[in-house]
Amino acid sequence: MGDHHHGPAAGVTRWLFTTNHKDIGTMYLWFSFAMFLLGGFFAMVIRAELFQPGMQLVEPGFFNQMTTLHGLIMVFGAIMPSFVGLANWLIPMMIGAPDMALPRMNNWSFWILPPAFLMLASTLFMEGGAPAFGWTFYAPLSTTYAAPSVTFFIFAIHILGVSSIMGSINIIATVMNMRAPGMTYMKMPMFVWTWLITAFLLVAVMPVLAGAVTMMLMDIHFGTSFFSAAGGGDPVLFQHIFWFFGHPEVYIIILPAFGVVSQIIPAFSRKPLFGYASMVYATASIAFLSFIVWAHHMYTVGMPLAGELFFMYATMLIAVPTGVKVFNWITTMWRGSLTFETPMLFCIGFLVLFTLGGFTGLMLSIAPADFQYHDTYFVVAHFHYVMVAGAVFSMTAAIYYWLPKWCGRMYSESMGKTHFWISFIGFNITFFPQHFVGLAGMPRRIPDYALQFADFNMMSSIGAFIYGASQLLFLYNVVATIVAGKPVSEEKVWDGAEGLEWTVATPAPYHTFEEPPAVPKPVGTF
Amino acid sequence: MGRIFSAAAWVLVAPLAGAGNQINMSPGVTEMGGNIFELHMLIMWICVVIGALVFGAMFYSIYAHRKSKGHQASQFHESTQVEVAWTVVPFLILIAMAFPATSTLLEVYDNDESELDILITGHQWKWKYEYLDDSGETVAFFSNMATPQEEIYNTQSKGENYLLEVDEPLVIPTHTKVRFLITANDVIHSWWVPEIAVKRDAIPGFINEAWTRVPEEGIYRGQCTELCGAYHGFMPIEVHAVSRDEFDSWIAAKRGIAAAQTELAMQTLSVDELMDEGKRVYDSACLVCHGAGGEGGVGNAIAGSPVVLGDIAAHMALVADGVSGTAMQAFGEQLSAVDMAAVLTYQRNAFGNNTGDVVQPGDVAGTENG
Repeated sequence: MGDHHHGPAAGVTRWLFTTNHKDIGTMYLWFSFAMFLLGGFFAMVIRAELFQPGMQLVEPGFFNQMTTLHGLIMVFGAIMPSFVGLANWLIPMMIGAPDMALPRMNNWSFWILPPAFLMLASTLFMEGGAPAFGWTFYAPLSTTYAAPSVTFFIFAIHILGVSSIMGSINIIATVMNMRAPGMTYMKMPMFVWTWLITAFLLVAVMPVLAGAVTMMLMDIHFGTSFFSAAGGGDPVLFQHIFWFFGHPEVYIIILPAFGVVSQIIPAFSRKPLFGYASMVYATASIAFLSFIVWAHHMYTVGMPLAGELFFMYATMLIAVPTGVKVFNWITTMWRGSLTFETPMLFCIGFLVLFTLGGFTGLMLSIAPADFQYHDTYFVVAHFHYVMVAGAVFSMTAAIYYWLPKWCGRMYSESMGKTHFWISFIGFNITFFPQHFVGLAGMPRRIPDYALQFADFNMMSSIGAFIYGASQLLFLYNVVATIVAGKPVSEEKVWDGAEGLEWTVATPAPYHTFEEPPAVPKPVGTF
Repeated sequence: MGRIFSAAAWVLVAPLAGAGNQINMSPGVTEMGGNIFELHMLIMWICVVIGALVFGAMFYSIYAHRKSKGHQASQFHESTQVEVAWTVVPFLILIAMAFPATSTLLEVYDNDESELDILITGHQWKWKYEYLDDSGETVAFFSNMATPQEEIYNTQSKGENYLLEVDEPLVIPTHTKVRFLITANDVIHSWWVPEIAVKRDAIPGFINEAWTRVPEEGIYRGQCTELCGAYHGFMPIEVHAVSRDEFDSWIAAKRGIAAAQTELAMQTLSVDELMDEGKRVYDSACLVCHGAGGEGGVGNAIAGSPVVLGDIAAHMALVADGVSGTAMQAFGEQLSAVDMAAVLTYQRNAFGNNTGDVVQPGDVAGTENG
């Protein structure tokens, strides 16, 4: 790179042709937020229909389209791209690199996403409606019995799989090759570590998902019978393939969230992360275990006893490294000097609610008990505790934490705290009662329910509207900060923050670390 | 703060819980259900205790180690002893959990020595029950949701067992090891009755096994628990557990009805008989998709339909074989010859379709497996 400084191009071409990791990160973040609002809107339709027993607003078939698109858009459109956006912004700045290793591919891996989701959303207007088989799209409901729009869904999945694989290769190449001299692996910030491991998981499992949807495509259009029992195929095979992708997928979502929390809790505790090395090993163990537990999503398909026992024991084991992480965060806070700015509040919210989700996860791992939990609202409550209170809360914390560095302006702390409390309360009103109705026998993915579930469902819907509305406050706060927030110019926006990203100017210039920085003391010492 | 919140949450929930809202798993009526319930409670209490310790430490730290109280940060980190302890202790707790979990699972999988076998087949969106019997006189019937559309669409007040009631329940004897063989005809369903602790996926091409032994007479309700299409929420399960004597007389009566049906299929029925029976069959099998007045909905309109007004054999073939890839199922297996004849006659003469055609059971018997 030449030694002359050049800023961003003018106009829309800046965004279309950019190879700058910060621009691409920004686009990923805004795109994922737009998807978050769209997926959230679908969730509001679901909760509005479930407000009372009886069918009021939508037809059962459309209800299934809503649950399907809500899941797909939140997982693939909101959470995953948001963490890729965060990785784009932060990984080069955290390891002292000038940009990502493969900047043109970086542009491409973002720009194929919007058309993919446009195509997915457009299925709503097609004859026969959007996909209505759940985000897990079990065959043969998603093949022989699906609406014609399933072909567009398959194409969309292929594209976003390609995007994810390119993004991951880029992250692996960047972390392995672009670290500043002295930035050894065991000095890398936890966020970089968790993303490196996540990227390997993505490269390993996205092709499996691509294989699954390709087999669906063959079954639908080319007369094969991979998943059709009538043609000698096996519908359970689909579930094995899907969950071989799907279980690592949930760690793909949660590991970068762990990374974020491991950055923020030390900053506001003014104390180094308690066990850096054990956090790295715990992350790697979780990633390994995630490959050998997939069939715990399938305890009721009629697996042989030996298989059932293996998957139960392996799943229970995940509690050990996950526990190590939680204990580490709490010992990091222990005897620190704690303050409770918005990012820290969201991290503490994460810690409490994610741990609750972990407990219900442990309960679900117990195969015989799962015969009563499986496919009920207990499961819905469980995975929203880990996905929303886990991934989304930590993502929100990340935005509040790094936004001042990105735009050189401070968000409104009082509005941020209000956002936290409304979110926290709204989230719990929504999802805590779902444990109750699930245990009491309410299946998931039903548009209407028996009368004994009415009170808790109404409560859940009210909570969902509160939680949904709080995200508009978040949007307002972020926009107001970017447009007219109080300027900050200190390099270290937070007095406890550690890491190379806090050594560059605020707001972060368009190009950083054109010369490799001197790497200070290892992470974990002050 | 968190404790105050959970207390507040309890204040919010307690009146609801008091108002007959179940908040926990039911142990149900079977021994196995009781064991699963105890396992569930055991794991939950272990989690509660661990949670109390972990959150206790966290909230103490939040309270005591805050900067606003002038607390200075210590800089300690890493301690091999502590880290080994918090790896080994949870591992030992998990091993302790694995013992009861394994023994309960072995019990769930013990399908041997059943005294009664029932084949359960999931269809979109109803269950078929077949009592397998060496004598060859198999009793088989479909079980449809009985909740009327008016209740679902809020024009009538909802009954006590809204969405959980069926036209023909599964009847099983008490104190008997009943084995369920579970499969499906189209997509994957899942047969779940919480009170008797049975949930097993119904998968086309596979036959899964599950069992129960119900000690108490009573009515136990459940639902399909695997998304199976638009009306997944509307295929309930109703199990009536009755005494052995009552069961024996029920099944004898069922066999009698089956024999009478066979006899009836040999006869020629009057148009009125066919139309009355046809309306009954239409209302239970066709109405949801094709509308009360044959106006259509999910399915095509029956009124003025070219299929219904056209060739009888083609009409019958469509109803019997269904239309692949759509919600129109193959009814050939589901309807007896009498029912098939009646519903065809009804469709061809109701809703303004005045073809005057009459289809007799004898016309049907030769063309499908009736």
